[in-house]
Amino acid sequence: MNILLILAVVFGTLVLVRLANVAALASKLSGENEEAEQESANRWNSIGMISFLIIGLIVMIYMMTQYLPLTLPKAASEHGEAIDGLMKINWIVLFVTFFITQILLFTFAFKYRYNKNRRSFYFHDNNKLEAIWTIIPTIILAALITTGMKEWNDITNKSASMKGIVVQIYAKQFDFTVRYAGKDNKLGGSFFRRITDTNPLGVDSSDAATADDMVAKELVLPKGAEVQLMINSRDVIHSVYLPHFRVQMNAVPGMTTRFAFKPTITTAEMQKETGNPKFQYVMLCNKICGVAHYNMQMTVRIVEPAEYEEWLKTQSAVFPVEQAVAPAPADSAATSMAK
Amino acid sequence: MEVNPNNSMAHGAPADEHAHGHSHDHHDHDHDDNFWSKYIFSTDHKMIAKQYLNVAIFMGFLAMFMSLIFRMQLAWPDAKLPFLSDVIGKWGKDGKLDPGFYLALVTIHGTIMVFFVLTAGLSGTFSNLLIPLQLGARDMASGFLNALSFWFFALSSVIMLSSLVIESGPASCGWTIYPPLSALPQAIPGSGLGMTLWLVSMVFFIASSLLGSINYIATIINLRTKGMAMTRMPLTIWAFFITAILGVLSFPVLLAAALLLVFDRSFGTSFYLSDIFIDGAPLDHAGGSPILFQHLFWFLGHPEVYIVLLPALGLASEVISVNSRKPIFGYKAMIGSMLVIAFLSFVVWGHHMFITGMNPFLGSVFVFTTLLVAIPSAVKVFNYITTLWRGNIQFTPQILFAIGLVSTFITGGLTGIILGDSALDINIHDTYFVVAHFHIVMGSSAIFGMFAGVYHWFPKMYGRMMNKKLGYIHFWLTIIGLYGTFFPMHFLGLAGVPRRYYANTAYAGFENLININHVVSIFAIIGGLAQFIFLFNFYYSIKNGKKSSQNPWKSNTLEWTAPVEHIHGNWPGAIPEVHRWPYDYGKPGAKEDFICQTVPYSETPESNTPHDH
Ligand code: HEM
Ligand SMILES: [Cu+2]
Ligand SMILES: [Cu+2]
Repeated sequence: MNILLILAVVFGTLVLVRLANVAALASKLSGENEEAEQESANRWNSIGMISFLIIGLIVMIYMMTQYLPLTLPKAASEHGEAIDGLMKINWIVLFVTFFITQILLFTFAFKYRYNKNRRSFYFHDNNKLEAIWTIIPTIILAALITTGMKEWNDITNKSASMKGIVVQIYAKQFDFTVRYAGKDNKLGGSFFRRITDTNPLGVDSSDAATADDMVAKELVLPKGAEVQLMINSRDVIHSVYLPHFRVQMNAVPGMTTRFAFKPTITTAEMQKETGNPKFQYVMLCNKICGVAHYNMQMTVRIVEPAEYEEWLKTQSAVFPVEQAVAPAPADSAATSMAK
Repeated sequence: MEVNPNNSMAHGAPADEHAHGHSHDHHDHDHDDNFWSKYIFSTDHKMIAKQYLNVAIFMGFLAMFMSLIFRMQLAWPDAKLPFLSDVIGKWGKDGKLDPGFYLALVTIHGTIMVFFVLTAGLSGTFSNLLIPLQLGARDMASGFLNALSFWFFALSSVIMLSSLVIESGPASCGWTIYPPLSALPQAIPGSGLGMTLWLVSMVFFIASSLLGSINYIATIINLRTKGMAMTRMPLTIWAFFITAILGVLSFPVLLAAALLLVFDRSFGTSFYLSDIFIDGAPLDHAGGSPILFQHLFWFLGHPEVYIVLLPALGLASEVISVNSRKPIFGYKAMIGSMLVIAFLSFVVWGHHMFITGMNPFLGSVFVFTTLLVAIPSAVKVFNYITTLWRGNIQFTPQILFAIGLVSTFITGGLTGIILGDSALDINIHDTYFVVAHFHIVMGSSAIFGMFAGVYHWFPKMYGRMMNKKLGYIHFWLTIIGLYGTFFPMHFLGLAGVPRRYYANTAYAGFENLININHVVSIFAIIGGLAQFIFLFNFYYSIKNGKKSSQNPWKSNTLEWTAPVEHIHGNWPGAIPEVHRWPYDYGKPGAKEDFICQTVPYSETPESNTPHDH
């Protein structure tokens, strides 16, 4: 990072010094010889173009070596690996295009600076060329589109299939609550008008499916199991973002959204993988939702299946048996949201 | 009548800047011209263009200043910035930026940049200036509507700015104002009066934009001079034409979206609201859908990015061709690709909504349409590059900015391919990757296009030249500043950093990214400071710049056949007639390396080709 700054400063001063020279030189001649002034500007700016290209590309590559290691570690979910693979292919295509076009752009700018003894090439149409650069991008894009869509269909079909451990993520300003569906793997119905201080999720206590539901303030999931997130919000739009698993889905008041994924790396394994013993997965809110948006998050732990079963036993039921259950409000519209 | 530039006039209205630059052309005034009709309630398209430009410059600096404040917050979250409390009062108590006000700054920054600077500022300035002058018209179809359009714009600017000083703070739910956040003052203070002012301001803004666009379309269709077939129009005009059509078709949808939001906020309707429990109580709203708003918003929102971009591309086409002394390559393909882009821009809005819970099949459709946009965009890029190839490039500041535009258009366009791919978007949606993408492809490109336009047509606007050397320095610092700011942001996005976060300190995993945030902010400050070079150059040259010759860039288009001194009606005698396309630069056999559109083929037997007749 320091090297980077130094590079930037050096390049910046270089440009400034050059331009100041040009300015000084040119002002001497100014008035008498506008043409000479423009000629020297042409020279220095065209050199600027090629230098910007070269130095720019070097700085860019340098940044990638420094900063890419700071980006997300390898995907910790099954579909996440597929997404990362797809991303790699896209990056290759894009980088090749990027290099070709930027190099052509800046080299032409460098090479074809004004010369009064020369005329530009009067060249304004060429059907063959234009057909080539319409067709080639079309083919490349067709390939990217089809691979992307296939992946997208796989991911969303899974989310629609409703297989796997059902977990509700319930968002409100400014925290998440997790509700596990329990043995029946069915969430009891819930409705916003039932929300009270003791029933913050508005769960329907008379629903048979509710009895074994459990709530937690931490998302713990077993490695290798399919998980079905059922996502709700009670106030504004939030977004459930699990960057390490390549999972994101908005939490929208008035509807249930879903996302299915299969965690493949436990927290402990990821701590080894990243060399960071304090590493934790996280669930972040990723849709602006109010003043404390930046602070809305929950820790996520992926554990071995056995450990998960143990942990689950220690979680509290939505309605502990001893707690008197409030009668459901007389609201016929109270449909179950999470079915 | 001589006007003292320092005369008392509308206080604070940036429009009064015109008095300075304009004091040289008073000998041309009509006898009934007084100060008010000339500078304030002018219906002359050239004056209105300058009014737009000056307001846009003012708003642009304000928005840039806001971005520097929140960039400092992001890079040095623990630092105390003592000057903050002086600048923003209670929102910066003890030198700490208030988290709510952070969001307000982000919101107003985005709103101003997108709408006030790059929509009104760009189209308003250059459509007004160039449509009549390049088409050979005496003025816009309706000078009155045109003036009205500017004054609605000025009014909406004032309303938007007034929201900065109210007790509860300005709108702070992002420039996309998604409900329910934007509908419920309980959810965020900025959704109270601040949001009301935002909405009222935008209603006037949309009215202004529609009046302007209808006028541009009418003028382009009806007021072209003899010989100016549509196929002989400069690409600038084509760009303004298509932009205006986009505006007319899409802004009314934003108006509808905003009005329904007003109803939900104030009259208890439930277009966007349902099943909400907030502040300890359930709300009565039932049956609405927040997703509906997003559909309506992005139906404007996506065309909007092309409303911002197309004029910039049009200006760049002209500037690149003129300054490389070579015809634009693929004139017809350029028009065709703009038309295709414009059409596609209406069927891609869903790429902003892949993970909102919208039907996944719809997602696939939008992936398809979105990635199609890359084809005409690629054609445009290759055409620009081919125009430079074997050109004879005069490095003026404007072509530097135009080349910068092509560069950022490529860079940002490529990351768009990733964002448009729904599977890949899952993990980078709403992260800094998006912020990086749209600042490069929309922000930087459009700003570069705007600067290219200002440097190129400054002599047409003010009759004087801007200082080139300052222009070069301005360009180099700007492109370094922009790339340095926005390129590293991609890494933040790939690290999973969400946008619209006041600080990245809550999750320990983001701690090691602080270096990147330092780099970003330092470059942002460099780029920001460089704009003062422009500011100085612009206003200094209005008064003291070298007097311009009639055709300083040896250009073919009609605006340079009009006298330097502005007069009502643009040409003192008859309107010039057009005999050829605008891009006869470097034609083999011609005496000079340019042939103005007014020169008939009969006068250039030495350079005519078999197609010329
Ligand atoms: C001085 C140069 C600029 C800097 C340093 C800058 C920086 C930023 C940053 C850091 C954000 C906030 C990201 C977040 O927290 O979500 C932002 C938001 C934004 N900026 Fe800029 N920006 C600049 C110029 C521009 C320009 C030229 C445009 C025109 C397109 C623009 C449009 C936006 C928009 C639309 C947003 C999103 C606002 C929102 O989240 O509602 N910015 N900018
Ligand atoms: Cu949230
Ligand atoms: Cu879009």
